[in-house]
Amino acid sequence: MLTVQNLTARLSGRTILQGITMSAHAGTLTAIVGPNGSGKTTLLRALTGDLPYGGAASLNGHELNATHPRKMAAIRAVLAQSTHLAFPFTVAEVVRLGLTASVQMHATDLTARALAEVGLAGYGPRDIQTLSGGEQARVHMARVLVQVWEPVTDNGPRWLFLDEPVAALDIGHQLTVMRITRSYADSGGGVVAVMHDLNLSAMFADRIALMLDGSILSQGRPAEVLTDTNLAQTYGCPVRVNAVPEQGPWLVPQATAI
Amino acid sequence: MVALPWHKTSPQEDDRSVGAAQTTRTLLGLLVVVSILSLGTGAAGLSVFDAARDLVSGEGLSVRDRVILMDIRLPRLAMGLMIGAALALSGALMQGLFRNPLADPGIVGVGAGAGLGAVLAIVLAGLLPTGLAVLIGAHLVPVAAFLGGWASTLLLYRVATRGGQTSVATMLLAGIALGALAGALTGMLVYMADDRQLRDLTFWNMGSLAGASWSKLAASLPLILPVLLLSPLLARGLNALALGEAQAAHLGIHVETVKRLAILGVAAAAGAAVAVAGGIGFVGIVVPHLLRLATGPDHRYLLPNAALLGASLLVGADMVARVIVSPAELPIGIVTATMGAPVFLWILLKRRGLGGL
Repeated sequence: MLTVQNLTARLSGRTILQGITMSAHAGTLTAIVGPNGSGKTTLLRALTGDLPYGGAASLNGHELNATHPRKMAAIRAVLAQSTHLAFPFTVAEVVRLGLTASVQMHATDLTARALAEVGLAGYGPRDIQTLSGGEQARVHMARVLVQVWEPVTDNGPRWLFLDEPVAALDIGHQLTVMRITRSYADSGGGVVAVMHDLNLSAMFADRIALMLDGSILSQGRPAEVLTDTNLAQTYGCPVRVNAVPEQGPWLVPQATAI
Repeated sequence: MVALPWHKTSPQEDDRSVGAAQTTRTLLGLLVVVSILSLGTGAAGLSVFDAARDLVSGEGLSVRDRVILMDIRLPRLAMGLMIGAALALSGALMQGLFRNPLADPGIVGVGAGAGLGAVLAIVLAGLLPTGLAVLIGAHLVPVAAFLGGWASTLLLYRVATRGGQTSVATMLLAGIALGALAGALTGMLVYMADDRQLRDLTFWNMGSLAGASWSKLAASLPLILPVLLLSPLLARGLNALALGEAQAAHLGIHVETVKRLAILGVAAAAGAAVAVAGGIGFVGIVVPHLLRLATGPDHRYLLPNAALLGASLLVGADMVARVIVSPAELPIGIVTATMGAPVFLWILLKRRGLGGL
């Protein structure tokens, strides 16, 4: 379980996050949404150990800023918004970077399976620097997957922390990646994803945290959070929220003329 | 929702480790061949095969041949192997640390910093109490070079790295400034030096293996040997670091430890090389680059293979330096720069094409 109590974070002397209190359970997918500059990525960086924070935050009972990286790496994997690789690694080599000592056994096998999951079967020998941005993003998704392949181990549930996992992807692969994360949560793992696409968030997330100016404005089930009033307040533009039976809300931004 | 086949098996993915192991065997063979050739090359026309025949037939070596082999060629070969391995390894480590194939101690001012340390030691050694000077004598220059290299690597990393990412432009420009500063301070020390020190400085500065001796080898071995033996332990950390510092930490790497050890490794290898052989450039660029083309950038194979190829390359370059204007000798730095500088330019051109600069 992820527990965050009154978390604050500062970047270059400026307070970016204030009074963040939230929790996420294993077996669920939590989407963090909000406008540009609302602090979504900063929150994810604080939760993944990149950034010192005030307050308390723990994952499976381990305080985040007091646990050795190796221990954290065994229970959670992190997908960054973008990754630039310094050297011409092959796709398979990049995915294998995600393997920790505990999963070395079926290394080559796991690599191929993870690549197949993200729709890159057979890409193993290719130089990653020659792939398109969206393909590279999916390679890193595969790397993150092999790091915590089994969603639940004897030591408890494992977690995916994803910063805009579908931002670089076409609509088909957006669905592929969202289905993988959904399936991970359904298998008992925890997923926390920073998202821009509200419809995808509504479609796949169990819970949504809506951020504004470094705080969480509203959190709960998608239908509770994604309301006309909340969205107009955070995004500063009129949005009409409709509902699809059994699917939850779907929204359409309203151009002023309509 | 789609259920993922978490436990299904599928065919094997490619693996460059087989090719890398093959390359290691080839490089070991090359090392043996180059070493034998090097022992047989020199101003005194002594063939290594004649010497071997004399030994096998039980005649033993003549005093002259023994001196040539044991006191001149063998220490020179050993030092060439050691310095070559150190130069290539310091380059590979530095490129891994800076996440950039253009980082090389000789180019970004670390060599100059180590040189400043060495010159400082030569000039200021006279100020030490005699007892202490005798005690640390031969080790003073390598240790000072190591400290100079360490300080400059540390400074360079601080300047060129922001938020866990290294800027190539900042690194190269800071390297130029660092090199210029170290050069200026070195010049000042040379200006202050007396005649005897000047002679020492001149010999040191020639960048040659000609002054090789067992005692010089013994003085720098404590710096180079730990780097050779321990650098493979950094391989996984450096691989992860290629993704950036934050993402390496997400993979469970203790990034600060890897960085500190890599900086120490660069400084020790480059410092020792500079201390005993002066400035020998471009081995640290060319060797890792060629190996990355052949077997990929995985540091688990790159680091040991770089040490092997660097050793062969420097001994080979030393042979060229000895033969090409025989019986005189070309400074070996000229030979390595002639081979290496074009490769450096070639990498720059290729990276420009990729938009990597």
